Amino acid sequence: MVEGDIQIAPDGRLRHCLTTQGMDGERITGILDLAESFAGVNDKTIKKVPLLRGHTVVNLFFESSTRTRSTFELAAKRLSADVLNIDVQRSATSKGESLLDTIANLQAMQCDLFVMRHPESGAAHLVARHVDDDVHVINAGDGLHAHPTQALLDVFTMRRHKPDLSERSVAIVGDLRHSRVARSEIHALRALGVGEIRAIAPRTLLPVDLEALGVRVHEDIDAGLADVDIIVMLRLQRERMEHALLPSSSEYFAGWGLTPERLARARPDAIVMHPGPTNRGVEIDSRVADGPQSVILEQVTNGIAIRMAVMALVAGTAPQREGR
Amino acid sequence: MTALHITGGRVIDPASGHDGEADVWIDGGRIAAIGAAPASFPEHERVDASGCIVCPGLVDLGARLREPGERHKGTIASESRAAIAGGITTVCCPPDTSPVVDAPATVELIRQRAIEADQARVYPIGALTAGLDGQYLAPMRALARAGCPAMGQADRDVGDSHVLRSALAYAATIDRPVILPACTPSLSHGCAHEGTVASGLGLPGIPVAAETTAVARIIALVADTGARVHIGRLSSAAAVELLARAKADGRPITADVAAHQLELTESALIGFDTRAHLRPPLRSAGDRDALREAVAAGVIDAVCSDHRPHEPDAKRRPFEASDAGLSGLETLLGLVLARVAAGDCDLATALARVTAGPARVLGLPAGTLSVGAPADLCIFDADTEGVVEPEGFVSRGRDTPLTGHMLPGGVRTVLVEGRIRGTY
Repeated sequence: MVEGDIQIAPDGRLRHCLTTQGMDGERITGILDLAESFAGVNDKTIKKVPLLRGHTVVNLFFESSTRTRSTFELAAKRLSADVLNIDVQRSATSKGESLLDTIANLQAMQCDLFVMRHPESGAAHLVARHVDDDVHVINAGDGLHAHPTQALLDVFTMRRHKPDLSERSVAIVGDLRHSRVARSEIHALRALGVGEIRAIAPRTLLPVDLEALGVRVHEDIDAGLADVDIIVMLRLQRERMEHALLPSSSEYFAGWGLTPERLARARPDAIVMHPGPTNRGVEIDSRVADGPQSVILEQVTNGIAIRMAVMALVAGTAPQREGR
Repeated sequence: MTALHITGGRVIDPASGHDGEADVWIDGGRIAAIGAAPASFPEHERVDASGCIVCPGLVDLGARLREPGERHKGTIASESRAAIAGGITTVCCPPDTSPVVDAPATVELIRQRAIEADQARVYPIGALTAGLDGQYLAPMRALARAGCPAMGQADRDVGDSHVLRSALAYAATIDRPVILPACTPSLSHGCAHEGTVASGLGLPGIPVAAETTAVARIIALVADTGARVHIGRLSSAAAVELLARAKADGRPITADVAAHQLELTESALIGFDTRAHLRPPLRSAGDRDALREAVAAGVIDAVCSDHRPHEPDAKRRPFEASDAGLSGLETLLGLVLARVAAGDCDLATALARVTAGPARVLGLPAGTLSVGAPADLCIFDADTEGVVEPEGFVSRGRDTPLTGHMLPGGVRTVLVEGRIRGTY
């Protein structure tokens, strides 16, 4: 069984969005194209389309999030859905209710689209396997496993700047081992046939067998950034020092932080991305984060269109042309 | 006690090397003769075993019966009945019950419940350290006298090497083997083999080094103390290599593997199947192949079920939060027979790993059909096969990643002490 199977309905439609693994280039391109059509909506004065009118979207976040949750909420509202935000700190799960019981209760309230973030890898798969047939699950990040909408908005942003992705090289820099964004992005980039994917990090922050995913590993950032077209920086969590994976954040910055000098090794028109929130002075220098090559805020804007597209697709209300 | 005459079966007794069609004569709960009827054999019942294999009842070195302490997962009665359904007549249960088996009264409780259940024989493994905490020695001499054939730590490591060395020396003094897990805790915080699959799924990994560092320490302390140590549940090719070297050096060291490790690999986890959440984790195909070879060659002495029944909710959680373990009693024989079908080894060798092999490891009076031995027998059809369907399990545990797999063999009749305990 391919891991992505469960998100595809028997008729080939995207029923849930759990992972980019198993999505082919055609499907991803379809999502990006649909997002392009929604991007126009976001520029209008009245930013609404009625595609999810009558649907109830639940933002179920078991981990804190600002930008992902807000952009999902905005996306749902621009599709005219009713939106319920569940604050997990105050929810029944902190009283011992199981994840599946929480979902069953929300289903009983006729919620039909779950946007879920959970600290455990595989949580979205578990929920998708147990929901009713007409209920849809969008994974907004599960443990270290996947964050498909982030990956999609990243490749959307890349495609806007570098339409010829098959000719381009992408370097993902930082804590790939603990990054669901990196995992999802690697699958999406491979499906789109990107020219080259590089991973740059010290060995303690690299997942084992990364090469098996078609990634070239560099432990030295200067070599890794040479002539690259797209740089994706990853956030470094403070816990990594506590778990003896790194000596200190200053040593990390000295070794793998993205400074203007290092950025100069990439192609002159290279773009710099970051899924946020950024740690300035830890993985990225402020001069780079705020510099002309940074597209970090564009990523946030694009997140709304991508999330609109994914919600409309899984709910089966996307315009026919793209709604495979 | 009724005398029995088992006719027409192919009798395989790995302990004696006997393999051929023969009648088995049972009287007084013991094997009276193999072949011709003994003189003046009393009035008896007949069991027709034609077309079947007659072998010693299986001996399982590691099966949780969940009692005392976790009766919602299983009981000695329910799980020892499941053992019989799997052809297993002797079960050794690890000491990590609640309370821990570190007092003779707990040993007595388990033995008494097993007698009441009147199914498979149950041997509680005693705790090596008090509370399995790895700090103070458990009363091993009293536990041995209460009936523990060995001392062990279940899944719990003894972190302090001085304590472990001392515990091994003391166990050697009272002449009991020690069963130890091959797992360094500080390297085992994950829930899956650290490899391609766990990397892709974003599951925290348990590296092979968690096993090899533990095995290397055990080997050094065996050399130092002369204690007999049995390593439970090996999972990696690298650890098998260390074991083979220690055995070649003449160390009194043995090991077993969980039967499912011979069939499955890390790929069973794809899609976050919590039934494949096992400990030690399912590893790579290369590891599995090395384990198969080691079983065939006898480097690994025994194959066990590593039975860990759970209530259904224990597996209805995100992968890492789900409980590890599968229901294994009723697939042990099939998994061993699958190795024969695959050509790894002959039937007698495969059966040795679940009869004479484990019995020898712990010095149990089981796993043999020699005259005078307790008449614990498993009669099974080797020519049939069946789909693993946990809904039909006798065990309360219904979770196994082998669900839907086709396995050879079908248990027909199981005897303990000359009495039929199950017919299927």
